Amino acid sequence: MYQELDALPKDLAEKTNLIAGFLSFFRKTLVITELEVRKLRHDPTELFTRAIQPALWMLVFGEVFSRVRAIPTGNFGYLDFMAPGILAQSVLFVAIFYGIGIIWERDLGIVHKFLASPVPRAALVLGKALSAGIRALSQGIIIYILSLLLGVHISFAPLSILGIILVIIISAALFSTLSLIIACIVKTRERFMGIGQVITMPLFFASNAIYPVAIMPDWLKVIAHINPLTYQVDALRSLMLIGGTSMYGLTFDISILIISLFILIVIGAKIYPNVAR
Amino acid sequence: MTNTILEAKNLTKKFGDIKAVDSISFAIDKGEVFGIVGPNGAGKTTTIKILTTLLPPTSGEAFAGGYNVVKFPSKVRRIIGYVPQLLSADGTLSGYENLLMFAKLYDIPKKEREKRISESLHFMGLEASADKLVKSYSGGMIRRLEIAQSVLHRPAILFLDEPTIGLDPVAREAVWEYVKVIAQHGTTVLMTTHYLEEADAMCSRIAIMIRGRIAAIDSPLNLKLSVGDKNISLNKVFESYIDKSIDSEESGNYKDVSRTRRTAKRLG
Repeated sequence: MYQELDALPKDLAEKTNLIAGFLSFFRKTLVITELEVRKLRHDPTELFTRAIQPALWMLVFGEVFSRVRAIPTGNFGYLDFMAPGILAQSVLFVAIFYGIGIIWERDLGIVHKFLASPVPRAALVLGKALSAGIRALSQGIIIYILSLLLGVHISFAPLSILGIILVIIISAALFSTLSLIIACIVKTRERFMGIGQVITMPLFFASNAIYPVAIMPDWLKVIAHINPLTYQVDALRSLMLIGGTSMYGLTFDISILIISLFILIVIGAKIYPNVAR
Repeated sequence: MTNTILEAKNLTKKFGDIKAVDSISFAIDKGEVFGIVGPNGAGKTTTIKILTTLLPPTSGEAFAGGYNVVKFPSKVRRIIGYVPQLLSADGTLSGYENLLMFAKLYDIPKKEREKRISESLHFMGLEASADKLVKSYSGGMIRRLEIAQSVLHRPAILFLDEPTIGLDPVAREAVWEYVKVIAQHGTTVLMTTHYLEEADAMCSRIAIMIRGRIAAIDSPLNLKLSVGDKNISLNKVFESYIDKSIDSEESGNYKDVSRTRRTAKRLG
């Protein structure tokens, strides 16, 4: 039977201790991530349907452009050059439409209950972002398989693999939080889809994903340099390929990604409660 | 020393020029089941959203458990439970998982967790379907799960926004029974409804809300006596207040109607 309703639980989160607060924050974040991963486990079909687009890019675009040899890619063949770019792209595509789910949850009313709970807003946002990172890891596996089949020179050094996982999670978290922010502003699916399409193209093409920044006109170079995708691709390229090097330095790339993620989480936490209004 | 656990003082919320909630005041005692009734668009949900910290008021103050809801939202969130009008259980998780995730988010200690979850599954009669995905549940089961979820952390105040909307009469009465038991165990309940027989059956006091204002606030019996005698239905009371304050049909705007229909469709 229903018992001891009036016996309030020990208020664990009352701890004023900063470290305890920090731990509690991360625990809640991970619960939100767990929740999303459980959903995915009940219905993993989307992971497979998402394999189609990167496969088409590598097989059609990649194969054609590696024959044209129109793009200067240094010591690498075009497919080698492109594979990390397509990995970054598919992570971007998984993450950038994440906001649809936010709007869906808003229409259902799920968001309201989370926002009326004591879970910190930033933990809600970061937890969701990390789950987008885990979703995006499946893209990594698909690209690795495709790359192997196409003869891309992939590095399987354990540290490289770890680095790749880290970069995928951080960048998926980053772009999914950007998506969440957009969703919180536009609030309807139709408007969101429009904006999602509009920002995906420039993010992708104003980056070094499928051609080096060096061949861009100057104004586009500027955009490419403030585009986090550029640093994601740069990091992936240096980690994924045998003999791969980074243009900007791996530490710099990852720092840029983490700082961008942090800023977006702060904005996201601020704006997320708006969806319930 | 008062026994007030939830209080609104001149609470007002404007959306643009429209006053959704217009300077309402009330005080709810510990252990009460307090109902806000009124037509769609009367401001009931807006009031609940302010009290549950989801929406800042334009002016006025509200206190839950003594905490100002604007100044100390996280204190308030810890002592309240909330079942939104819309569907809030996650259809893509099982019933058990819905409860487990909230138990974790509310810091219920690991040892206590399983015990409380199985207790509430038992109490709500959901044991047999605990491992099924919630999207396979009936409307009544979903509402029961949502209520179970909202009281897992033993809140001092439970907010129910249209708890029986879209439910068939049997499922509706089941929900009433569960809420009554929860209230008997000391949880103060604030619920909104536009079913007057529901308010009559459940609430110790009722606020009749029309166009963002509270037209009357009293026990169901006193409300009836104020209009005629104790044997009339609450509907008559309601109609008399509606007549006093409304010159045209009042049933909410397009958005309210479409939202209500959508919720009803999902739950039904």
